[in-house]
Amino acid sequence: MTAPLLDVRDLRTQFGTGVRAVKAVDGVSFTVDRGEILGLVGESGSGKSITGFSILGLIEPPGRIEGGRILFMGEDLVGAPREALRRIRGKRIAMIFQDPMMTLNPVLTIGTQMVEAVLAHDAVPRRTAVERARDALGLVGIPSPDERLKAYPHQFSGGMRQRVAIAIALLHRPDLVIADEPTTALDVTIQSQILYEVRRLADAFGMALVWISHDLGVVAGLADRVAVMYAGRIVETGTVDDVLDRPAHPYTRGLMDALPATAVPGDRLRPIPGMAPLPTSRPDGCPFRTRCFAATDACRAEPVVTVAAGHEWRCHHPIREPAA
Amino acid sequence: MAVFVIRRLMQSLIVLAATAALVFLGVFAIGDPGEMLIPPDATPAERAQVMAALGLDRPLPVQFVTFLANILQGDFGRSFVFDQPSIALILGRLPATLELAFVALAIALVLGLPLGLLAGLRPRTATDEAIMTGSILGFSLPNFWQGMMLIMIFAVWLGWLPSTGRGPRGTILGIETSLASWEGIRHLILPATNLALFKLALVIRLTRTGVRETMPLDFVKFARAKGLTERRIVLVHVMKTIMIPLVTVIGMELGSLIAFAVVTETIFAWPGIGKLLIDSIMRLDRPVVVAYLLVVVAMFITLNFLVDVLYSILDPRIRLGRA
Repeated sequence: MTAPLLDVRDLRTQFGTGVRAVKAVDGVSFTVDRGEILGLVGESGSGKSITGFSILGLIEPPGRIEGGRILFMGEDLVGAPREALRRIRGKRIAMIFQDPMMTLNPVLTIGTQMVEAVLAHDAVPRRTAVERARDALGLVGIPSPDERLKAYPHQFSGGMRQRVAIAIALLHRPDLVIADEPTTALDVTIQSQILYEVRRLADAFGMALVWISHDLGVVAGLADRVAVMYAGRIVETGTVDDVLDRPAHPYTRGLMDALPATAVPGDRLRPIPGMAPLPTSRPDGCPFRTRCFAATDACRAEPVVTVAAGHEWRCHHPIREPAA
Repeated sequence: MAVFVIRRLMQSLIVLAATAALVFLGVFAIGDPGEMLIPPDATPAERAQVMAALGLDRPLPVQFVTFLANILQGDFGRSFVFDQPSIALILGRLPATLELAFVALAIALVLGLPLGLLAGLRPRTATDEAIMTGSILGFSLPNFWQGMMLIMIFAVWLGWLPSTGRGPRGTILGIETSLASWEGIRHLILPATNLALFKLALVIRLTRTGVRETMPLDFVKFARAKGLTERRIVLVHVMKTIMIPLVTVIGMELGSLIAFAVVTETIFAWPGIGKLLIDSIMRLDRPVVVAYLLVVVAMFITLNFLVDVLYSILDPRIRLGRA
């Protein structure tokens, strides 16, 4: 078996220093293979977006990567020189952001913002860069791309802007795209179109995808594997079938039960009681124990990771024993 | 765009007419011009004759209409002191003031933008603190005192630069300017620096604030995610964004630089319109004061208009037609 495309090991990203430091990402490990789609799922504040930004080296002070390794094609991105990171960003690893209304610069044309992205990595004539930008817009289904290159972001709808952002991400046919809740800010009908486009393009170009979302339903339809994050850690990882059909961690179970799509019609939804703990006041041991129906005194101790045939969880009281 | 220009021109005319009325009434309220023009020992008959000759015996509304009609024909009255048309006096002095104001603005921008960028990109470092402390001095020390200190240090103690007057002029591209010779530039340095200091502080602060507000925005992060160099992000993405508030303020400040160069021109004996205004006020030379005020208002209106047009070039979201 070949080495994974992306191998994140014990990543720790925190904001501030000393006792008041906020450990947003607290020992996260996962891998992504070439062409694979990983769904990174969790509630707000679970550290999933910070994980995504950490991979691209886009954590800004007072935040910083405190420890761990991010191996991308065998090269450690943690502590890599700025220029080396810049060459990877947008070229080998691209990112799509959550809010398409905010990601494009309002005072520059779409064409300018696409052409500069081409020229940042490839020394090609300007005309070639414009052609590549135009082709990329056509690829994501934007009509009359030649004219649209001259338009400004405010002349596009939210869904169209997200298509532009995707087109920018695809300009260099990256090996890995990190998508940070790219459909959350969009209408439901637009969401499914964008999901379909991303899936189609990822397949067509053999791109690996890390799809960050709080929506298990979206991830179920899109991803090959799922990693569930809670309080800065991954609590369960596995294939979509394993994790969503046979969840081991009570938190994953809780997320499933809170989904309207999986509930029996007429029954009440069962939300997880309480709120996700603030990163400043996480319980010791298993951070989920204060909200968990299965919690016992044993949960005051740090839970270890159990691995069973590619399905991993971090819990003292998993819901089911691993199938033989 | 055409609709916008026409509408703005109409608005400008209304503003100008209102200003003319205010200026006229203001001058009327100050006192009777007869007291100054007619010798105290004149008989009542002589006095009435002079007032009639000047049209001052007619009712106020009639005088106002005559005043407006004359202005429309380009007649702003004759200076009592110089016995020349007051508008010609002002236009004759305007180039000196324009030169001073534009050089001051250039100094403020050339130094202010980089310093503001530097401070904004390295917040709360020694560099930032030093620049901000300097700008507080520029803001809070009185302009006349700064001028006197400049003269004392560079003209009196060091003897490097002349302290008063305008140097020899030459012609560059058909414009008569002090910038044509080193001696002319030497005369320009101190007054221009004095006039620039306050604006420099303002440009530094505006730029720094703009950078600090723009850097955390998503589109800057996205630009980084595209792999752009930090240089391109700052010089294109951030600068173009902060130019919008900067252009507004600088446009208005240029007006005030020209209109209120009074202090600097007085300290450095610079022969511009500011010094002319002060001299005219001292000598109660009313036609010059009136013409000066109208010229300044017209200039502000023009600058305002130019700023609006520049705005639409910088920010595509602004639609001038609907303004």
